Amino acid sequence: MPRQIAFYGKGGIGKSTTSQNTLAALVEMDQKILIVGCDPKADSTRLILNTKLQDTVLHLAAKAGSVEDLELEDVMKIGYKGIKCTEAGGPEPGVGCAGRGVITAINFLEENGAYDDVDYVSYDVLGDVVCGGFAMPIRENKAQEIYIVMSGEMMALFAANNIAKGILKYAGSGGVRLGGLICNERQTDREIDLSESLASKLNTQLIHFVPRDNGVQHAELRRQTVIQYAPDSKQATEYRQLATKIHANAGKGTIPTPITMEELEDMLLEFGIMKSDEAALAELEAKEKSLCG
Amino acid sequence: MSLDNAPDAAFNEALIKEVLEQYPEKAAKKRGRHLNVKKTDDAGSSSCGVKSNIKSVPGVMTIRGCAYAGSKGVVWGPVKDMVHISHGPVGCGHYSWSQRRNYFNGTVGIDSFVTMQVTSDFQERDIVFGGDKNLEKMIDELNVLFPLNKGISIQSECPIGLIGDDIEAVAKKKHKETGKTIVPVRCEGFRGVSQSLGHHIANDAIRDWVFEKSKPEWETGPYDVNLIADYNIGGDAWPSRKLLEEMGLRVVGMWSGDATLAEMERAPKAKLNLIHCYRSMNYICRHMEEKYNIPWVEYNFFGPSQIAKSLRKIASQFDETIQANAEKVIAKYEGLVADVLAKFKPRLEGKKVMLYVGGLRPRHVANAYDDLGMTIVGTGYEFGHNDDYQRTTDYVKEGTLIYDDVSGFELEQFIEKIRPDLVGSGIKEKYATQKMGVPFRQMHSWDYSGPYHGYDGFAIFARDMDLAINSPIWSKFKAPWKAA
Repeated sequence: MPRQIAFYGKGGIGKSTTSQNTLAALVEMDQKILIVGCDPKADSTRLILNTKLQDTVLHLAAKAGSVEDLELEDVMKIGYKGIKCTEAGGPEPGVGCAGRGVITAINFLEENGAYDDVDYVSYDVLGDVVCGGFAMPIRENKAQEIYIVMSGEMMALFAANNIAKGILKYAGSGGVRLGGLICNERQTDREIDLSESLASKLNTQLIHFVPRDNGVQHAELRRQTVIQYAPDSKQATEYRQLATKIHANAGKGTIPTPITMEELEDMLLEFGIMKSDEAALAELEAKEKSLCG
Repeated sequence: MSLDNAPDAAFNEALIKEVLEQYPEKAAKKRGRHLNVKKTDDAGSSSCGVKSNIKSVPGVMTIRGCAYAGSKGVVWGPVKDMVHISHGPVGCGHYSWSQRRNYFNGTVGIDSFVTMQVTSDFQERDIVFGGDKNLEKMIDELNVLFPLNKGISIQSECPIGLIGDDIEAVAKKKHKETGKTIVPVRCEGFRGVSQSLGHHIANDAIRDWVFEKSKPEWETGPYDVNLIADYNIGGDAWPSRKLLEEMGLRVVGMWSGDATLAEMERAPKAKLNLIHCYRSMNYICRHMEEKYNIPWVEYNFFGPSQIAKSLRKIASQFDETIQANAEKVIAKYEGLVADVLAKFKPRLEGKKVMLYVGGLRPRHVANAYDDLGMTIVGTGYEFGHNDDYQRTTDYVKEGTLIYDDVSGFELEQFIEKIRPDLVGSGIKEKYATQKMGVPFRQMHSWDYSGPYHGYDGFAIFARDMDLAINSPIWSKFKAPWKAA
């Protein structure tokens, strides 16, 4: 059985970028990898395939009639250093049921042997665990460890806590564990401290702090990972470190302890990200005074 | 009538207690609110002392249906010149196919579509990508296949609501393209506690997608009436219509048994709405009263005493000519009634009956049994509301056992302990009851007989009850090798 991991996190936080760069680093460590993109946007493999967008399982199935009419070769593309790439795909925004699509696609890939002969299966899942379909990779016999990509921004922290709740729900019945938080730097105040504090509250670790670097954008514009575009850059080293840490983290995941909304808000107050009502009012008053004066 | 077949209040109260004792505490508390005995002080103000129209207790084997059943199966399905799409996976349409015996005149597949099963047969692909495109294509194909259809209704199954398909947009688009009436009905099965909400949703769809979208040219007359909520089970609506026409009324719309879309469209032009099944169509009658100022009258065409009462009640809404006609009609059938009673009353008098039906008949047929000298000792509704139980107080005797949304266990216990001479309920209850040695008639489908409405129907009703109760089969019930 391959080791199965999944990347979750708030929309736009950089899950796909982080996961593809990390996997590109893992493949350098002679690991055989399968990527399962679980986002209707289907952008989980473009940096590995160096293409615009890959044909998805569901779109090909819709064209052919149903998934039974598909062959694995139709949906699996080989990318950077042999990484196998698949995208679940899904409906256009506003119609149908993307969650059901993820379930259908994952079942198809498993039943047709996509998981054979690989060391890693990596799921890249959209923003939040909104319904059962997007919890599919967390369920029994799927991902053993979840890595939550987050930053020091308030909404990213809320999302991380929510995802921890989703993991906790399935941790009892299946073997899913929280592998750690990956902080994708946004240059907010005391970002590392805050991330570490949240990690300890969630009973997990901040597995890596990925500094902000424009090289990532330069590589992305060329539909490449930093590992491929600038293998000797400092940022490539960061992703290699993250890959090494994840590789060494096998079996070390924990059952998360998500916190309540109040605890989370208290934490944000403590770090000065959120102001208390009194402080906010005082500030507003001062501002009004200065304007009147 | 002899006193010994009257309902026994004390016995029934003890029986309820005994049955409830078998449940876990919480279930007993919940079910206890649905079981009671009719008492005089309940009359008028109360609801036979039971709660109704609330969620069934899990595990009790309720026989209730769903909102889709209420809309597709009951209200819309019988409209004969429209094609009704069961929109969703194939099962809902398939297993409700031709279950209701809604008779109609017409040629199936040409100008009538009641007994056809039309479904969009959802596949995984439709769930993931949405079914609207398929629905559009299907409507186009239906119009090619059945050019004489007057309209199409879209009966939503559960997935439509879950994935949020915009069937209203499809209906509007196709109406614009074809000019035909297209009615989207949001009757997803998970909505509400029984089929009852489906009736309401279906009524609202008539209001929003038939009344609001059509301007029928119709020359009105002073005696125009709509016969509302007779589904023509086994042909029920036909003898009913006959009586109204004999009275001199003009039935301009018959809903929805043997109905056409045109009859629904012109309904707001009538002078009076006559409603038989109050439960399933009171909503649209109330709407027509508010919006078009059409009064409505409940009537009951089961059994001669209720028929006469109803004919007079209906006639009182019109002039003296109609009132005189009503008396003539009643007189005309006196001979028939006397013959039926002479033949069957001696064979049925004193028999005890328990009923468990849908939303109207648990009270409406009571007096038809009374006319034959029989007594209702227990009755209850599958999906009745408070106002149904309120109306029931006028029909049943003191001490009658009342059971709402009865469980399989409760009904079996009640039958076993009361040992009535006849049980009237549905197919799910039929064989279990007969195996207990108790005669049974299906009172949803008329056990593949009917019609039971009107004077003509009463003769058939009396014959069928006699067939069930006095069948020689019951003399063979005891094994001959067992001591008497």
